[in-house]
Amino acid sequence: MAVHNNRLTAEEYEQHFSDIHPPFETRDAALVEANRCLFCYDAPCTKSCPTGIDVPKFIKQITTDNLKGSAYTIFSSNIMGGGCAKVCPVEKLCEGACVYNLMEEEAIPIARLQRYATERAIQEKWPLFERKPSIGKKVAVIGAGPGGLSCAHALSGEGIDVTIYEKESKGGGLMTYGIAAYKVTPQFCQDEVDYITSIGGIDIQYNKELGRDITLADLQQQYDAVYLAFGVGLARQLYIPGEQLDGVVDAISFIYEIRNSGFPAVPVGDQVAVIGMGMTAIDAATQAKRLGAKEVTLVYRRTQQEMPCTEAELNIALLDGCKIVWLAAPTEILGEDGKVTQLVCNLVKLEDAGGARRQPVITDEQIILPVDMIIKAAGQMPFEQLVYSHQLSNDHGKISTTCNGVTSIAGVFAGGDCVNGGKEVVDAVQAGKEGAKAILEYLQNERC
Amino acid sequence: MADISANFLGIKSPNPFWLASAPPTDKKVNVLRAFEAGWGGVVWKTLGSQVKNVSSRYSSVNYNGSRVMGFNNIELISDRPLDLNLKEIAECVRLFPDRAMVVSLMADNNRESWHELIKKVEDTGAHGLELNFGCPHGMTERGMGAAVGQDPEIAARVVEWVMEAATTPVITKLTPNVHSVVPTGRAAVNAGTHALSLINTIQSVTGVDLDTFVPNPNVGGQSTFGGYCGPAVKPIALKMLTTISQDPVTAKVPISGIGGISTWKDAAEFMLLGATTVQVCTAAMRYGFRIIDDLCDGLNNWMDEKGFKTIDDFIGRSVPTLTNWEELDINYHIIAEINQEKCIHCGLCYISCEDGSHQAINLSYGKPYNTYTVKDEECVGCNLCKIVCPVDNCITMVEHRKGDEYLNWKEFQRRGLPLNDH
Repeated sequence: MAVHNNRLTAEEYEQHFSDIHPPFETRDAALVEANRCLFCYDAPCTKSCPTGIDVPKFIKQITTDNLKGSAYTIFSSNIMGGGCAKVCPVEKLCEGACVYNLMEEEAIPIARLQRYATERAIQEKWPLFERKPSIGKKVAVIGAGPGGLSCAHALSGEGIDVTIYEKESKGGGLMTYGIAAYKVTPQFCQDEVDYITSIGGIDIQYNKELGRDITLADLQQQYDAVYLAFGVGLARQLYIPGEQLDGVVDAISFIYEIRNSGFPAVPVGDQVAVIGMGMTAIDAATQAKRLGAKEVTLVYRRTQQEMPCTEAELNIALLDGCKIVWLAAPTEILGEDGKVTQLVCNLVKLEDAGGARRQPVITDEQIILPVDMIIKAAGQMPFEQLVYSHQLSNDHGKISTTCNGVTSIAGVFAGGDCVNGGKEVVDAVQAGKEGAKAILEYLQNERC
Repeated sequence: MADISANFLGIKSPNPFWLASAPPTDKKVNVLRAFEAGWGGVVWKTLGSQVKNVSSRYSSVNYNGSRVMGFNNIELISDRPLDLNLKEIAECVRLFPDRAMVVSLMADNNRESWHELIKKVEDTGAHGLELNFGCPHGMTERGMGAAVGQDPEIAARVVEWVMEAATTPVITKLTPNVHSVVPTGRAAVNAGTHALSLINTIQSVTGVDLDTFVPNPNVGGQSTFGGYCGPAVKPIALKMLTTISQDPVTAKVPISGIGGISTWKDAAEFMLLGATTVQVCTAAMRYGFRIIDDLCDGLNNWMDEKGFKTIDDFIGRSVPTLTNWEELDINYHIIAEINQEKCIHCGLCYISCEDGSHQAINLSYGKPYNTYTVKDEECVGCNLCKIVCPVDNCITMVEHRKGDEYLNWKEFQRRGLPLNDH
């Protein structure tokens, strides 16, 4: 029993990390579903999409073999429409609002159709967007994640020269570094970044980190405006004894390693406990299992009703053979020779407190899970120091903005996870669009 | 169990479903398979003048993912040797004496040719003849098919020749490629035809290939007008059938209805508008002869439900309800009502009424679901919302009469009542 890497054959790795949502194999298959779409007016699916993609329109365009028009409809609302088709929790967004749900019928597979329309555009590099001539304005964007790329694309289209500073060696942000590999492959992430930047006017400077390689003051001097989209990054600590033991890792780093170093290089234990029940917890648990861990147990202090992940995500974990322990609060990590051996949890019981929701109360009753690896997925923390050091008005490290990403510093805008504390990719894309709009207005007024 | 058997001019069949003159009825092997499957009768593919067919013969119109909403062909009459056809017809009649065997004919345009052909066909023991005055392509250029059916005088002359020789019932098949089927129908009846059938196919271009720029079907880089049929033509066929059922001359003879019949419901509609038997082709070409089971079964169950003992109980029953516009009751008024329990908030009623009709539906914004209600005073009772609504019985049209008395346009005008008042 030990934590080690290289547990599987090359074929097994490939099989375990192949695309979990295979695309439509043929045009006919896509058309069967596309033709089911009712073409709703003021459609609930569109209203449930943070970027407001005109879903009925792009599906109708699939049915008329106007795939270019369909891809344009998607990308003009959401330039990461390709990636979002793979990672969006659609059952609580567009597909969850599909009117077929109200008829007790299967919702239209919007994500899969969106993928059908966007995949060829990305693969075949369709030039759907034309950049206006340069107007001689320069904007710096911090972070080449969904928010930064979305903002950059919108600005560049209006003739602004954009430079993105990215601390990693690849673009895509959490899409590239923070999501299960069976949802988006590294190659796809690279292709998507290339497709977005193919509009021109966007220069990505990799391995350049704000506060280390560049300063906000310099950027303010060199550029007409700055957009901050550096996301969140630090894993939330549990603050329980034993957290420093060998074999205790955080989910963000674990997933980062998988995406950055390749599957065989990443060590996992035989018996792994994952703490948390969000999307990241699921991504960590399923990938630990797929890397060859014998037993993976998700530990969550509340019940299925409160879990932050979607039902579809939970089902992936269950189908992968992960176990779930509900109503258990980790209280101590025990180890031998500096290595983790046990996770101690106190059971939680729900007590009626007169309200609609029962209150969780930690009891004295304990369970002990024998483990050789613990993955903490209890949420992410904002980059507090970075925010504090720049005198940005903030809320516990989350940058405060007025509408459309205007920060407390003139000419500095922000959006995405570094403002909202961590939401979906699609939310960051929308924030980037809104930020770009605010920057354009700002530059317009400045010129007058 | 109702009795669905038909008696058409003495030609008996266990059910009113015949296969129309077309590829499914062009040889023994298909016809025997059809009879084994349970078809009531066939109209053998047209015999007559010698022809040569081309390759690439059919094309279709697809709609929203449904294939073969409409279908067209440029195939000619039978291109098999006449003697072989006659021999096989005789065999089929012998093997299935209880099924209707009608033979479609299109002879060269002279009395002798017709007489000779009729004699040979009747010698097979076939029960009746159908005159093909409707084929819209290939034969018209030679003065046959629709060229006959489009000219009442020529049609009458040919029917007269036929009646001189025929000893079995004669059905004249009408072409729809005219402004009205009634003149040719009357001419044929006056010339002595025992019955009429309609419609033949409608001249058409089903579409143009957007890569080759050649219309369908493509015959080596060219195309030609083909005969259109299938579900898309049913409403046109029903209208033409009604005009024949209502005309005092043509109404005297029995009618075999044709045109896009795919289901027992289609068949019942044709019969309600005057058809004694119905002929099916496209649906059988698409799905095979096995569709006969549900045609019979469905018709039978519906007749039981309605209390009809035989098909004569309902043939023509709907004919009197189709009247001229000026006879319609202006005081009859209906208003749409949306059942909020059933509504799925798709907004299709709203946008169709707003852009396409009378702006009579109110949108109350919700996220993600809007609420839609009818503005009673604006609703003209057009049915559009009910038509586009994807949920059964979600929108109903409720009667709110404008007045108690029956008031038609003629009377309305006579009294000088107000116009353009909406």
